[in-house]
Amino acid sequence: MATVVATNQTILVVGGGVSGMTAALEAAECGKQVVLVENTATLGGRTANLYRYFPKLCHPTCGLEINLRRLKGNRNVRVLTLAEVTAVAGTRGDFTVTVRRSPRYVNENCTACGACAEAVSAEVPNPWNYGLDKLKAAYLPHAMAYPQRYVLDPSIIGTPDAEKAKAACKYGAIDLDMKEETLELKVGAIVWATGWRPYDAARIQPYGYGRFPNVITSVEFERLADPHGPTGGKILRPSDGKEARSIAFIQCAGSRDENHLRHCSRICCMASLKQTQYVREAFGEEAQSTVYYIDIRAIDRFEDFYARVQRDPTVKFVKSKVARIAEDQTTRDPILHGVDTEGYHRYANRHDLVVLAIGMEPSVKGVDIPAEVVADSSGFIEAAADGAAVFGAGCATNALDVNRSVQNATAAALRAIQVVNRAARAES
Amino acid sequence: MSELNEQALAKYRNSFLREVEERVDEGEWVKMCMQCGVCAGSCPFGPHWEHSPQKIFMMIRAGKREEVLASDSMWMCTSCYNCVVRCPRKLPITTIMHGLATYAHRLGLAPKNQPTRDFSVIFWENFTRNGRANEIRLMLRLWFKDGIGAGIRKALAMKDVGLGMLRAKRMSPLEIFGGHGVKDVKGFQAMIRKAQEIEDRKRGFSK
Repeated sequence: MATVVATNQTILVVGGGVSGMTAALEAAECGKQVVLVENTATLGGRTANLYRYFPKLCHPTCGLEINLRRLKGNRNVRVLTLAEVTAVAGTRGDFTVTVRRSPRYVNENCTACGACAEAVSAEVPNPWNYGLDKLKAAYLPHAMAYPQRYVLDPSIIGTPDAEKAKAACKYGAIDLDMKEETLELKVGAIVWATGWRPYDAARIQPYGYGRFPNVITSVEFERLADPHGPTGGKILRPSDGKEARSIAFIQCAGSRDENHLRHCSRICCMASLKQTQYVREAFGEEAQSTVYYIDIRAIDRFEDFYARVQRDPTVKFVKSKVARIAEDQTTRDPILHGVDTEGYHRYANRHDLVVLAIGMEPSVKGVDIPAEVVADSSGFIEAAADGAAVFGAGCATNALDVNRSVQNATAAALRAIQVVNRAARAES
Repeated sequence: MSELNEQALAKYRNSFLREVEERVDEGEWVKMCMQCGVCAGSCPFGPHWEHSPQKIFMMIRAGKREEVLASDSMWMCTSCYNCVVRCPRKLPITTIMHGLATYAHRLGLAPKNQPTRDFSVIFWENFTRNGRANEIRLMLRLWFKDGIGAGIRKALAMKDVGLGMLRAKRMSPLEIFGGHGVKDVKGFQAMIRKAQEIEDRKRGFSK
């Protein structure tokens, strides 16, 4: 049983993505006690699944490494992975939080040597690559995983694979008797940083995602371009594994649409502009990216990046929301139908691959969050009312890029600190 | 130029958008269009008409009054509602297109000899006479609207459909002498007149 010391001066941060890590670290570096709860096996969230950031095209591993170093050097943060908040009771400065921890079946002795993964034969879909490839059922989530410890997939527990994994471990790190635990924590303030999820692309029926193998989402494309991804960084199309040189990027796939997500997801324009540069990086002058857009929203300093991409002869822009996608049944090429609104030209354009710049849906949508938290019409958490002590941070509050998530999370940390400071003063 | 058209021109000088908002069914939605082009791309009749819905909306905002009202595009709409279900702003596009067609017809600006328009006029007259569609009269007026020769050619081309309808008792030749109607024909006609009166008041046509 894990012991976690928490008092009414402790700050609970829910969600271990870049926003949650930032909120936890900013508060901890001010000397506050923080418990960081993450429901997957590793910190890093969706940021860790990106190949590169816009607009500088640097790698997220760099920013994550800085945060992980801050975390390792700070005694004030207690990280709970594979943990989920199931109930919140109480009020400002005096919450009781129930946390359910799922078993990892691997203890602190793990050195991440990988012998257990070699020993097991079962495979599971890889959630960090959006199920595009498979992982051994004993796995390290990804290269930047924190904690750097393997996980046993619950599906192999009780099978010979689990015993093989245990036998292969030289360090006695595999503990097949781990059970689900329920913890109760006293905390003074809560930061809710549970992030976002990609909108379900299959619901955009005319685009054929799920029916046409060569229609993928922007988050999947990010994994295709990444050397740690399912294709080792080669941009290959799913139907036949051929190089995809002619790629269509469809903007507002789900966003700004009363039938899907009402809001503008803000990141997708820049994400697609960035991804055109992956295609260029892979194929040079032979790359052909076409961006189908309603309007490009690249504000303030991002405008420079947009201008740079516009100058790139391998990138074409078509001002049109694509009406529907058909598929050539022999080649499986997607064919895009619509009207170019600059001149009202009807088109039927063939591409190798279609990337849907998928919208951001708040992960809190439809989830039971504490009563004092108010959500807007898109399901994002609204700014906390005066006297509240549960604060949204990052993409749980709005469609934000990494940079703005970090700013937003820092602000949330400051608000949480004010609450626990008041709790501390009341007791002294 | 019709009197109604002159009145409209005087009232809405240089503001065709306002005219559409006030006088066309669901016209107040026109300004909500964000010109994404999904309606144009989704229309099954797309290549066969001059102006797509999104182009019509832009033309309304640009004040191209004559071109919009004389366009045959609104008359080509088959009411499949594909554009309406896909429109990201949920504009009632089909209703607006029919509203524009009605308005253009009212002002006498709609294209002449447009088949849909001719059919609509014939159907409305046929149906409002006694509250029931009279198939045989509707059919004959439609076939012979362009003269006797054209009518006979059309009748021969459609004879199988016509005979089928006779056999299935969907059309009776005896209806040519007036046919059946609703129970209270006078009441029905009063209702239509009242509805027209309300609509006219709402759209600013009544004096």
